[in-house]
Amino acid sequence: MIQVRFAAPGVDVEFQAASGITALFGAAGAGKTFILDAIAGFATPASGRIILDDEILFDGASRVNLPPRHRHCGYVARQWALFPHMTLHDNLLFPLAALARLPRLDRHRRVKEMLERFALQGSASRRPRDVSPADRLRATVARALIGEPKMLLVDDPAAGLDIALREEWHKTLRLVRDETSLPILLATRDADTCFELAGSMLLLNRGHVLQSGAPRKVFDQPAGLEAARLLGIRNLFPAEIVALDPGRNTSRLRLENFELTGPYLPGRLRGDRVWLCVEPGRLRAAPHDGAKPSANQVAARLERASEMPRALRLEFAGGIVAEIARREFDPQPKDNEEWLVEFPPHALRVLGCP
Amino acid sequence: MPLDWLGLALRYAGSATVLAALMGLPLAWLRSHRRFPGRELLDAVANLPFLLPPAVLVYYLLSALGIWKLHFSWDAAVAVSAVYTLPVLLHMMRASLESLDPSFENAARGLGAGEWRVFCRVTLPLAWRALLRAMLAGFLRAFADFAATLMVARNATPAFLMLPLAAVATLGIALRVWRPRVPA
Repeated sequence: MIQVRFAAPGVDVEFQAASGITALFGAAGAGKTFILDAIAGFATPASGRIILDDEILFDGASRVNLPPRHRHCGYVARQWALFPHMTLHDNLLFPLAALARLPRLDRHRRVKEMLERFALQGSASRRPRDVSPADRLRATVARALIGEPKMLLVDDPAAGLDIALREEWHKTLRLVRDETSLPILLATRDADTCFELAGSMLLLNRGHVLQSGAPRKVFDQPAGLEAARLLGIRNLFPAEIVALDPGRNTSRLRLENFELTGPYLPGRLRGDRVWLCVEPGRLRAAPHDGAKPSANQVAARLERASEMPRALRLEFAGGIVAEIARREFDPQPKDNEEWLVEFPPHALRVLGCP
Repeated sequence: MPLDWLGLALRYAGSATVLAALMGLPLAWLRSHRRFPGRELLDAVANLPFLLPPAVLVYYLLSALGIWKLHFSWDAAVAVSAVYTLPVLLHMMRASLESLDPSFENAARGLGAGEWRVFCRVTLPLAWRALLRAMLAGFLRAFADFAATLMVARNATPAFLMLPLAAVATLGIALRVWRPRVPA
């Protein structure tokens, strides 16, 4: 269990993390690496307190600042930082040499166990640059874990990796998560990584925690416009609530130049200004055949159609983006055509005040 | 005879470089790894041998060394040359230590190593080539040094005739034989 509350120029955060993976999600410059560095002891916050399992690592008020070697945090750096002049075996031995009480034979036994656990026996006698990137990744994690740390800090080294390697990386992290009960802090910019690995996530923006919770919850209910933008949610429109009908469980929302029927919005009042958001994949779209638009359908001019790996992305005037399955629409759509875009009521989500 | 000069000069420059490295490496480490009050002052003092004309520098150093009764000896000459060489070494060593990716040293610290162990097991093995290059540059500066050698070793025994001085002596002989016509 780690409790963090500290402030530094540009960073002011407070959170806790229990065992399992907690993702620090944010764009570049959001302060992810600084938070990890502050916990590991490589960076010093101006004030605050960091407590790991009842041990104070840092306390600004009483000027406690443990050096990194006494903090017992495993750290996996973005650049991996395996020592290039040592073999993988010696890289793994390095942390154990600091444990003076451990007999020599035990050290080698532990290294051997770790090499087996991470399937590294074959490349143990080689240097990092001579082994495959997958081995390097696993060796980095093995080295961080061999000293039996109380928590693991991971500055996502998978950021620039190809897909196959990233899957290998996720597999390794899942293994660590399931076999140990360590709290793991994982800094990442990748939403897929959050969903796949993390039990909870912290959404960071410019050094502040905007929102925290399970990834599903955070992505489904962004705490505000800023959060929605950071999560990469498209289709954000300012709207005004013009009617609320609890009887029929519906609401009426006025957007810039059209009105939509949405679900009932508990806790909102008529006249409230809100942000409406719809996932591009949940919009329906078809070329305008001249018929009158039905409820929740809007006529919009297609500005650009682009192919995606598994879908067709349609960008309409007014900032509406829809993604439809490729098979739903075979011929290549032409630009500047009139289309009908349908906003299904159950797909509409409403965020706080604009 | 010329080989004696060469050997002497090599030994002289080598001793000066080692002495300068012994002073320079800790200072370079301190300057690249720690922020401490007075670090700019340290830079300024370390740069003085660069800025002062060699003759002035040697005069000051000899005055200082005179207090410790080291005047006109092999040790004094090496000490003067080491100080003369120090700025080159310091700058190059500091640059090579700073260019090292800090994630390696941080990784070692996070894995439980103290600063001394980080230096011996990580910093030095990763930076030794660059540090050696710095020492080579320092060696060349000490080797090619003329003013310091001239002023310190001039009045000493003939054994002090090092390469630059020997070169001048040889040139002097050559000039006397050749007798170039100097316009009145």
